[in-house]
Amino acid sequence: MDGLKAQSVETVEPGYKTVKKASKAEVKSNISNIQRLKRDKWLYLLLIPGLAYFIIFKYLPMWGIVIAFQDYSPFLGVFGSKWVGFENFIDFFKNPDFFRLLENTFILACLDLVFFFPAPIILALLLNELRLQAYKSVVQTFIYVPHFMSWVIIASITYIFFTTSGGVVNEIVSLFYGKEINFLSSPEWFRPLIMGQIIWKESGWGTVIFLAALASVDKEQYEAAIVDGAGRMRRLWHVTLPAVRSTIVVLLILRLGNFLDTGFQQIFLMSNSLNRSVADVFDTYVYFVGITQGAYSYSTAVGLFKAIVGVVLVLGANKLAKKMGQDGIF
Amino acid sequence: MPKMHNTPAGRVFDVFNFILMGIIGLIMICPFLYIIAGSFATEAELTRRSFFIFPETFTLTAYEYIFSTDTFTRSILVSIGVTLVGTLVCLFFTFSMAYPLSRKTLMGRNFFMNLIVFSMLFSGGMIPGYIVVKSLGLLDSYWALILPIAINPFNLIIVKTFFQNIPIELEEAAKIDGCSEVGIFWRIMLPLSKPVLATFALFYAVAIWNDFFSALLYITDSAKWPVQVLLQQIIILSQAQLGDAASASANFVEPPDQSLKLAVVVVATLPILIVYPFLQKHFAKGMLLGSVKG
Repeated sequence: MDGLKAQSVETVEPGYKTVKKASKAEVKSNISNIQRLKRDKWLYLLLIPGLAYFIIFKYLPMWGIVIAFQDYSPFLGVFGSKWVGFENFIDFFKNPDFFRLLENTFILACLDLVFFFPAPIILALLLNELRLQAYKSVVQTFIYVPHFMSWVIIASITYIFFTTSGGVVNEIVSLFYGKEINFLSSPEWFRPLIMGQIIWKESGWGTVIFLAALASVDKEQYEAAIVDGAGRMRRLWHVTLPAVRSTIVVLLILRLGNFLDTGFQQIFLMSNSLNRSVADVFDTYVYFVGITQGAYSYSTAVGLFKAIVGVVLVLGANKLAKKMGQDGIF
Repeated sequence: MPKMHNTPAGRVFDVFNFILMGIIGLIMICPFLYIIAGSFATEAELTRRSFFIFPETFTLTAYEYIFSTDTFTRSILVSIGVTLVGTLVCLFFTFSMAYPLSRKTLMGRNFFMNLIVFSMLFSGGMIPGYIVVKSLGLLDSYWALILPIAINPFNLIIVKTFFQNIPIELEEAAKIDGCSEVGIFWRIMLPLSKPVLATFALFYAVAIWNDFFSALLYITDSAKWPVQVLLQQIIILSQAQLGDAASASANFVEPPDQSLKLAVVVVATLPILIVYPFLQKHFAKGMLLGSVKG
C-alpha cells in the first residue's frame, strides 16, 4: 500500500503511539507494512477463525467446482478422477430434463417477480397510511411472525390447512364449490400454492426496509405538496414513491441476481410424485441427482450453470440500473 | 403520516385501509392460533369443528404422548443442544472477525472484505459443499449442523458497521491506559455491543433452530435428527396418499393423529414464539444499520 511513500516526517515512532502525535494520514505514511503487521498482530489473530470459515466452507467448495469438468469418483478424489472437459454440460443441455427445469424455474421466477416482489412495497405503503400508531404497531407485530418460522413449519401448516382429509380450507371450499380440491398434489395448484406461501411468509418482513425508507421522507415535502393542492394519490406518486425508488431498485437488482434461486427448501417440501412435472427446478434437481443418486460431477455442472447465469444476471441488472441513473449496488 | 386535512374520499380510504390491514394481520397470525388451540383439543372436536381459536375441552394428551416417546424427546433435545452450542460458535466467529475488519488501519482490510462480498455473489453450490463437509468427516456429526453456517455474511457486515461507529477515542484512551488489542476487544468492545450481541444471538439461534436443509443433507442417522426433520417426516411425508418414493425412509413413523401433528408443530414453533417479543424490539434497528447505503 502507500506505507512506503516518502513523506516529510520520518522520525515518528511506529505503532499506535504515533496516533497521539500525528493524524491518520501521517501514520499511514510513516510505518512500513511489516511494522503494521506487527502492530496489528492481535487483530490478525482474531481474524483467523472467521477467515478459516470462509476458506473452508466458501472457497474450498468454489475450488471443488472443478469436478464439474471431471468424471468424479469419491474414491479417486479430485486429483485422481478423469478429466472430461465440457461433457457433463453437454449431457445436461441434451437431456430433455433441461428444458423442463428451465421452464419451471423460469415460470416460478417470473411469478415471483410479478406477484411477490411488489407485495411488501404495497403493504408498506398501506401500513404507512395508517394514522393510529398503536394499531399500526400491532399489525406490524402480527405480519412479521411468519418470517421467523422455518419452511418446514410453513409447509406443515399448509398441509394441515389444505389437506383433503379434514383441512380447514378444503372444508370451506366444499361448502361453496360442492367438492374438495386436491391442492397439495395437483400440478395446476402447485404454483399458486408456492406464491401464496412466499407472500404469506415474507411480505410482512419485506416491509421493514421500505418502512425505514418511508420514515426518512421529509415531512415538509408533504406539507408543500398539500399547499400546492396535491391530493392523496398525487402525494403518493410525487413524494412517497420517489423516496423509496432507490430502495426498490437495489432490491430489484438483488432479486434479479437470485432470479433462478427458487427457494430450494420451499419447493423441496411442497413437491411430491404427483406434481413433480411442474415442481422440479434446478436446485431440487441438483439435490436429487447429486445427493440421492450420487451423480456428483453431473449435478455440479448443473449447479455451476445456474450460478453463472445468476452472476451474469446480477451484474447485468446492476449495469442497467446505473445506465438509468440509479445507484446500483456496486 | 402527518396529520393533515382530509377529503371525504380520503376518509373512506382510511376506513377501508384500517379494515384491510386488520384482515391481513389476522391472516398472518390465525394459522398459528388455530394450531395452538387444536393441539390442546380432543380428536373428536378437531373432526367436528373446522376452525376454532379456543378448544371446548382442554386436553394435554398430544403433549403427553410427545414427551413419552423417545423419538420426539430425543429430537427436541438435539435441537436445543445444537441451537445453544451453535449460537455461541456463530457469535464467536462473527464478532471475532467483525472487529478486526472494522479497524480502518488494518492492512489488507479491503482484500478481506472483497473476499466476503464475492462469496455472497457466487458459491460453489450444493455438491462441492457436501463433498467438503464429507471429507472433513462431519457427516452424521452435530457439527455439520453448525460449522457450515457459522457466519452469515450479512450479519458479519452489520456487526462490522456497528464496531466502526464506536468512537475511536475510546480505544485510544484504553491504549494509553495500557490495554492490549485483545483487552480492548474483550473489555471495551464486547460490553459496549451487548445489545447487538443479544440481537445476533437471537438471529443465529432462530436460524439454527429453523435449519432443516443441513440436517437433510448431512444427517442420515435418524437418531440424530433435529425436530425440524422429524416434523417433515411426520406431517409431510406421512401423507400416505401422495405415495412419494422419496418417503421410503419415513416408514418408521406411523401417520399420527391430527392433534398430535398440531402439537409437534407447536413444539417446533414455541421457542421462536417465546423469543419473538425480544427479537422484535431489536430487528428494525438492525435492518436499518445494514441498509446504511442509500
